[in-house]
Amino acid sequence: MRSDRGQSAPLGLKIAAACGLLFLHLPILLIFVYAFTTEEKSFVWPPPGLTTQWFAVTWNRPDVWEALSLSIRVAAISTAIALVLGTLCAAAVSRTRFFGREAISLLVILPIALPGIITGIALRSAFALADIPFSFWTIVLGHATFCVVVVYNNAVARFRRTSGSMIEASMDLGADGFQTFRHVVLPNIATALLAGGMLAFALSFDEVIVTTFTAGQQQTVPIWMLEELIRPRQRPVTNVVAMVVVLVTLLPILFAYYLTRDGDQIAGSGK
Amino acid sequence: MTIAAVQSKPVPAILPGNGGMRGALSDLLWRRPILLLLLMLLPPLLWLGIVYIGSLFALLLQSFFSIDEFSGLINREFTLKTYGDLFQAANLDIILRTVTMAALVTLASAVIAFPIAYYAARYARGRWKALFYLGVMLPLWSSYLVKIYAWKLILAKEGILTWLLGKLGLLWLLEAWLSLPIVGGNSLSVSFTGTFIVFVYVWLPFMILPVQAALERVPGNLVEASSDLGASPGQTFRNVLFPLALPGIVAGSIFTFSLTLGDYIIPQIIGTSRLFIGQAVYSQQGTAGNIPLAAAFTVVPIVIMGFYLWGAKRLGAFDAL
Repeated sequence: MRSDRGQSAPLGLKIAAACGLLFLHLPILLIFVYAFTTEEKSFVWPPPGLTTQWFAVTWNRPDVWEALSLSIRVAAISTAIALVLGTLCAAAVSRTRFFGREAISLLVILPIALPGIITGIALRSAFALADIPFSFWTIVLGHATFCVVVVYNNAVARFRRTSGSMIEASMDLGADGFQTFRHVVLPNIATALLAGGMLAFALSFDEVIVTTFTAGQQQTVPIWMLEELIRPRQRPVTNVVAMVVVLVTLLPILFAYYLTRDGDQIAGSGK
Repeated sequence: MTIAAVQSKPVPAILPGNGGMRGALSDLLWRRPILLLLLMLLPPLLWLGIVYIGSLFALLLQSFFSIDEFSGLINREFTLKTYGDLFQAANLDIILRTVTMAALVTLASAVIAFPIAYYAARYARGRWKALFYLGVMLPLWSSYLVKIYAWKLILAKEGILTWLLGKLGLLWLLEAWLSLPIVGGNSLSVSFTGTFIVFVYVWLPFMILPVQAALERVPGNLVEASSDLGASPGQTFRNVLFPLALPGIVAGSIFTFSLTLGDYIIPQIIGTSRLFIGQAVYSQQGTAGNIPLAAAFTVVPIVIMGFYLWGAKRLGAFDAL
């Protein structure tokens, strides 16, 4: 008989792990309470009263809507570019062994491994040297660059699990390369791509450090929040936006987890 | 009849090529995998090579330019003057402060991450395992600014932490801590202590994941064998678990260290007026307009991380990623 069945953890370990998880989650939950507070000027706790009026106020703020629209457009286009580039790169790296293969995985990971400020200022100084004015596309350029890695990570993990003999079988049965891609490869990697796309979207939607260097005067949602944190105008509106941002990023993550949960490499571990 | 028909016409060993442009292209790519490989690699390499590596070189190039102190214009001639400016006492202070903070944050993250990672790797099963995984993943992916904002709410003078300590009758402890030099300040949200807590909070999931991955690979019977042989839990931790988890901890520390080195938003929102590397870079390129010095400043974290990665590789941290 084995002694380790049903063995439970020492009490100290349980407490330490529970405290650690609480430390990770309580601050985020606090945001939800503050979204309903009646207090306007300070961060006083406990909230003197609860109200939903700030949701209406936020709803009628054009600057919030503009920021949200810009963020969504940037995230959508960056995700699309990252999906194409990340999948191509993953397919190349996982199908074949060639000289410089390691260097390519390093190159893909680098934009996320180096501190964001380096990527940001590098892009800004390149724009300055090349006399490129800030625009929607300068933001996209930065975002797509670091979104490639999440798509790549998810796609590589899935390619590793997909057997190469399926492609050969498809070819043997008379399909050409495009048909094989359309009917064999794509259905196999679809959920991994969807998960990678979700994560890339969440990453782009939330990114602030690189964006401050590439946006010029434009405001995405995180830039709007940063402005509010440095120079607060209407704190309750910030509270509501913060809560909405938590919810908007939460859903893609849960969905991406759901898509890749059985056996894949961890969907989000490459952030 | 059909069988006979098939048998009467011998099928060639090599099928004829697919017809049409599309077919021809498909055949060509199948016959020359190198071509396919190049076609697949070209777009991402062009993008990353031009946009990213190109920008990094532009940055490096700028660090060898200098700024004309009178006109404020950038003088595009090769010089090492900017690097000379970098090593002034005030700038060295900034570098030292940032590196110390990064080291402390890394240490604290490792201590807090270990129990969570160990529990998740060794004891959590089935539903609990998924819960632990999401429990780490959700904070990791939650909005960075919202997390900072949440801590601004918590650490504010009128916020929940002061209220909680007041209820517990521990306000004197907070007062005593805040009156200390260096780590103290007017309130936690404008002190190094606050900066430190927020850094640890924001980067903690980056430490938990690789440590858990390393601990997953430690067979449970190693721990049992150690206690069978008479080791106390403390001895088992020191001599068995810790050395095996070390590559994971080092892998996690790459993130916590690098992210702390480059961050400029956390110390700006929760912290004192004394600068960190990220803030120095940001203010040099923004308000001061001194892009060469900003560029030279960014070389510091790159060099530090270069050495760090080199050391981490020797410790086998990359296998734990």
